[in-house]
Amino acid sequence: MWNEAVQTLPRAELERLQLERLQRLVATLHARVPFYRDRMDALGVAPSDIHTLADLARLPFTSKADMREGYPFGLFAVDPSEIVEVHMSSGTTGKPVVDGYTRADLEVWGDVMARTLDMGGVGRDDVVQNAYGYGLFTGGFGVHHGAQAIGATVIPISSGNTVRQLQTMVDFGTTALTCTPSYAMFMAEHARDMGVDVRSLKLRAGFFGAEPWSEAMRADLEAKLGIKAFDIYGLTELIGPGVGAECEQQDGLHIFEDVFYPEIVDPVTGEPLPPGTQGELVLTAIGREGSPVLRYRTHDITYLMGEPCPCGRSSRRIHRLMGRNDDMLIIRGVNVFPQQVEEVLLRVQGVEPHYRLIVERDGSMDTLTVEVEMSEATFSDEMRVLVHFERQLESDLKAALGIQAACVLVNPRTIERSEGKAKRVIDRRELSNAR
Amino acid sequence: MLGDQHVKVLQQISVFLENRPGQLSALAAALAERGVNLRALSIAETDRFGIARLITDSNETALAALHEAGMTAAVTDVVGVEVPDRPGGLAHLLAVFDGVVSVEYMYAAFPGSGGRRVLIMKLTPVDVALAELEALYQE
Repeated sequence: MWNEAVQTLPRAELERLQLERLQRLVATLHARVPFYRDRMDALGVAPSDIHTLADLARLPFTSKADMREGYPFGLFAVDPSEIVEVHMSSGTTGKPVVDGYTRADLEVWGDVMARTLDMGGVGRDDVVQNAYGYGLFTGGFGVHHGAQAIGATVIPISSGNTVRQLQTMVDFGTTALTCTPSYAMFMAEHARDMGVDVRSLKLRAGFFGAEPWSEAMRADLEAKLGIKAFDIYGLTELIGPGVGAECEQQDGLHIFEDVFYPEIVDPVTGEPLPPGTQGELVLTAIGREGSPVLRYRTHDITYLMGEPCPCGRSSRRIHRLMGRNDDMLIIRGVNVFPQQVEEVLLRVQGVEPHYRLIVERDGSMDTLTVEVEMSEATFSDEMRVLVHFERQLESDLKAALGIQAACVLVNPRTIERSEGKAKRVIDRRELSNAR
Repeated sequence: MLGDQHVKVLQQISVFLENRPGQLSALAAALAERGVNLRALSIAETDRFGIARLITDSNETALAALHEAGMTAAVTDVVGVEVPDRPGGLAHLLAVFDGVVSVEYMYAAFPGSGGRRVLIMKLTPVDVALAELEALYQE
């Protein structure tokens, strides 16, 4: 086990380490970052008030908007000369979020990513094909640092150029693939077209993250690629990938708690919730130096699992993400997550995991349409078979979502494929309101 | 196309048609480009999608053309049957299926031999249907 000493620390010792790091972090942020000092002062809380881990709840939250306001270096906790690498979010919906890493942060990043890859069995002899984007995006470099820490061979192929990806996989004897789950699916499909049977190659593990994906999608990827597929978790605001990952049990994601302290809070009130209760994940980067964030509201919905993991790691696990409360659609008052739709579709034999949700407003009524691609496996020459198929999907969707959805069959490969994060939702309600 | 037979198993191509303008025209254009001749065609539709069923003179070329155009197609066995082109021709034929064979769908196709018409039928169970038809034509 990579860094076994830290990963198997008895809970009491781990918590002592966490408290020490939290106290040091709060003191540093109060002393050096005006943004955090003002927030703490406004709440009437000082570093000296933090006596236990439970006192964390007295500290202010940090939102994505706060981090954007700090653009570019406003939330850095060290002198800019200490920063040796920067990354940032795409900024497609506003100013980007900048993450600044000190030398020690890069060590930490390499270590948590090494833990991640090691959980999926990657060692010195492995060949890691890293198809996360390199550049400002954290995915490429995060995996890169981890694979190098382990001593595996890393192919920094970045995302895109699918023909070259598959050719490289064959020629280099790639054993581990890292990319978004939707790109992995795209590659599997492309391989079929190229006549490459990925299952017969050396590939045996996939580390997929940067977007939510379902258990059914895992089964599909594992079957199509002949691998074990691991869910990995991270955010630019905290470090990038390396916040948490699945171990060989594939049952929940271990949070690397000595570096990132997890809380689950009520998404509306912000009150901490007890273990096992579903809510919003909040993370504090207690093991970072450059741009350590305090109580970051991730918007990711999950819960902390109660039981210790049989793998022997002492860190707590979160359940695989249920969705994001900003991805969540509220349709006729009901919360709908895209993954729920994915689960339903993938349970049906022969249905491809390519779908699109279209939400529209018809008068005062919201309507949900799910576009599903027809495939050779689901097509029939008989009308009643296809009508039955459509009705079955609609009734399964109704059972899973609690609302009526219209299912529309479309031609194969007409739903846009993605090499990064898949865009699965089109919400036209605001547009029609504006008219 | 039935040769000298009155009853023959034929391979039909069925194609999924999305409910969008231009789908049928795209299908026709794809086949035209490869010089595929349509011997029979029927369209079934709901308010959300349709199925085109085709009998062609070259299924292999037709399938390649359809796949290239990004369409979903499948090949199914159907039965081509000649019926006399006069009142009661169809009724006489269908009577032999009563209670034993169901007609999933059918459509009229090209002219057959001796002033007869060819009907394309999807029949289940097909082995019973073929036996009944054979008996009918031996009469």
